[in-house]
Amino acid sequence: MTVPVEAPPVALSLSGITKRFGALTANEAVDLDLHRGEIVALLGENGAGKTTLMNILFGHYVADEGNVRVAQADGTLVPLEPGSPHAALEAGIGMVHQHFTLAENLTVLENIMLGTAALFSTGGGARAAREKLDDLMRRSGLVVDLDARISRLSVGEKQRVEILKALYRDARVLVLDEPTAVLTPQESDTLFETLKALAAQGLAIVFISHKLAEVLAASDRIAVLRLGRKVADLPSVDCDRQKLAELMVGHEVTMSRREPQASGEVLLSLSAVTCGEGRDTVSDIGFDLHAGEILGIAGVSGNGQAMLARLLSGLEQQTSGDIRLAGREIRAHDAADMIRAGVARIPEDRHRDGVVGAMSVAENLVIEEIRSPRYQRFGFLDFRAIAARAVEAIAGYDIRCPGGDAVARLLSGGNIQKIVLARTLDAEPSVVLAAQPSRGLDIGATGDVHRRLLEARGRGAGVILISEDLDELFALSDRIAVIHRGRLSPPRPAEDLNRAAVGLMMAGQHTEDAAA
Amino acid sequence: MIRFEPREHVSPLRRIAAPVIAAVAALAVASLAIAAAGAPVLEAYGLMAKGAFGSAFAMSELLARATPLIFTGLAAAVAFRAKLWNIGGEGQLYAGALAAVAVGTGALALPGPLLIPTVILAGALAGGLLMLIPALLKVRLGADEVVTTLLLNFVVILFVQMMLEGPMKDPMGMGWPQSEPMLDEAMLPKLMDRMRVHAGLILALVAALGVHIVLKRTVWGFETRAVGENPEAARHAGIPVTATFLRVALLSGGLAGLAGVGEVAGLKGYLTADLSPGFGYAGIVVAMLAGLSPVGVVVAALFIAGIFVGADSMSRAIGVSNYLADLVVATSLICVLVSGLFVRFKVRFVRVGTGKGAA
Repeated sequence: MTVPVEAPPVALSLSGITKRFGALTANEAVDLDLHRGEIVALLGENGAGKTTLMNILFGHYVADEGNVRVAQADGTLVPLEPGSPHAALEAGIGMVHQHFTLAENLTVLENIMLGTAALFSTGGGARAAREKLDDLMRRSGLVVDLDARISRLSVGEKQRVEILKALYRDARVLVLDEPTAVLTPQESDTLFETLKALAAQGLAIVFISHKLAEVLAASDRIAVLRLGRKVADLPSVDCDRQKLAELMVGHEVTMSRREPQASGEVLLSLSAVTCGEGRDTVSDIGFDLHAGEILGIAGVSGNGQAMLARLLSGLEQQTSGDIRLAGREIRAHDAADMIRAGVARIPEDRHRDGVVGAMSVAENLVIEEIRSPRYQRFGFLDFRAIAARAVEAIAGYDIRCPGGDAVARLLSGGNIQKIVLARTLDAEPSVVLAAQPSRGLDIGATGDVHRRLLEARGRGAGVILISEDLDELFALSDRIAVIHRGRLSPPRPAEDLNRAAVGLMMAGQHTEDAAA
Repeated sequence: MIRFEPREHVSPLRRIAAPVIAAVAALAVASLAIAAAGAPVLEAYGLMAKGAFGSAFAMSELLARATPLIFTGLAAAVAFRAKLWNIGGEGQLYAGALAAVAVGTGALALPGPLLIPTVILAGALAGGLLMLIPALLKVRLGADEVVTTLLLNFVVILFVQMMLEGPMKDPMGMGWPQSEPMLDEAMLPKLMDRMRVHAGLILALVAALGVHIVLKRTVWGFETRAVGENPEAARHAGIPVTATFLRVALLSGGLAGLAGVGEVAGLKGYLTADLSPGFGYAGIVVAMLAGLSPVGVVVAALFIAGIFVGADSMSRAIGVSNYLADLVVATSLICVLVSGLFVRFKVRFVRVGTGKGAA
């Protein structure tokens, strides 16, 4: 292999990687070279094969075809033993998974040393490790308290520990799977600063993402995967959002736009509502939701938005405070009450709460209204009405499935979400609660979700949009409130806010200063 | 290394073939025991088949034995559909039998056409209410129903023994712990002259059809399936999950109670503490072999009944212990559980770690 003289040496080379799962081809003949000192973004929609590719690299999967070669200390490329994470570690590949692999009850130092120290080591190992880590922290800027327990660290700090763990094992190649998924915008910026510093010291870095903004900002080169194939490999300076979006999806993309609209009377009003105990709580929150508006609720995952969604879905009851729906007080309510009151609920975890996977598409479309006279007579199901409803919803919402009888579990995430949308929004609800409605969806399906929410708003419904994606919130919301540790900031018009301000509020900075 | 890969589609043929293969495998495993007992395997199975199907008398015995198994099989199938693990069919059977005897021995002075439905209803109600206890403990306190239903079996059987030694003891029973005989008007009619098969079989078949219709065609069945498959999504969709559990418990316990009614009002005419040779537990095997399908329960109950009846007859002829029947039943449960794995997953043998070392 000839390397151009001016390019830095190759640290890692994937060639012709193909991986099939049954009938599905997750990766098809993917080539990817990674040079020393370079940050490469691996971009693609859900199911494009990004994670599969990185799992092959790290030895979790064995490729059906193709090979992985890693540079030795002297720069020569040697094949990596497939299917062995141990070999990958030995060869200097470090991986930071989306879900951290840390032992919560051990300290930072213990976690980092885990798996590297001999079984019956003396204190000397720990002292040497501490010295090495102090040096690493000084050079990388990744500072954590080595004696802190993992359970007491923030998400951002845990991620730093994961990176340090890889560096401690002398990683020359660092792989990060969706590293910003759980971070605030500021934490993400800090992470990318760190990654740039590490790259400058010669580390080769790949990060997986589906967020266009951060990919453009943080990478040197962008490799785009679509349906398992690499469709582009470009220097980041030659790319823009529109181009990347089209490469990911394979066709032109139009984004939904929110037209200005006057909002109406108060539909839903919460005052001093407290609910839940332990970590996931909401305490003393209040807001008014008006007809014809989208109220965005921003926040880093785990700050009480899940409990707020469960409360408004009728799965939890408030311990104190008032909830009023169209002026009527709501207390001791359950899910059926909320459905009857005209609240459409799009759950955060659509596979767990949204559909019964083992039942058919048709059954899932009517499950909320199964007791209505439309679908039953004297307790006997009206199969004809159910089938007709399925035909109507499948056509109206473009649900891609073999038919109403297909088992819901076999559908893609986007199509499952369309089932939920059809079921909830076709009933013309007055209030829509959308919890993380586009999480894990591809651009096309996300666009559908956004369009439907804007339609509901246009019809005069009040929409509560809970999301971690600031782009989504700013694109759709009339007003935005931020939830942090169970407390909700007063909603402000989206025009008066910017990403930086909301990001600071998500991190718990005082709302008054942040909104200035 | 062996890998299990989930199948995307399970063909109906595979679904039906699995329990059949499991049953055959169970017989094959049991043949080792027959051979170990020193008997000719093929002859033993031939005698079993003859004992179960070979004559009108054999058929009558088979159907009489299948009757309680259909009821307990349905009881387990209904409950398992909702993921309510009712292991208490045995206790509910005894509760049903106790109630049937209490009503049917003259406590109520009703004419025959009214007395029989009353006896049936009393038995079903007793079984259902008994199952309601563990179901309430589950939904209110989160108590594991596997434990509570199983332990209730022993409580109920001891209670029955107490009643048979005390208040319900037959004064004419020569000191045996048994109840008074039921009134003739309270007994279920026989289906054939001088044969043991009785009208309980008809009731069982109607129950199977009824359960099939309820599960497939009614709102209740829809809700039961939803709760069983995904209780979180069911709750989110506004389905009354607690009420569904209680309804299923009542139905399941009631069906098991009917098994007890059939045994006392159809066959024996009085209650003893050894009324059931484990029909409640065998019902679990029946339900699993049937893949929790009510129609399948009828077929599976006939198979299990055939094993029991055939093994009795075979053991009389060539002296292999009729415990063989228990062996076949137990083995077929294991085989059907294993076959379920093969139905849902593809099994692949893959070689891993054969690459050259990263030297």
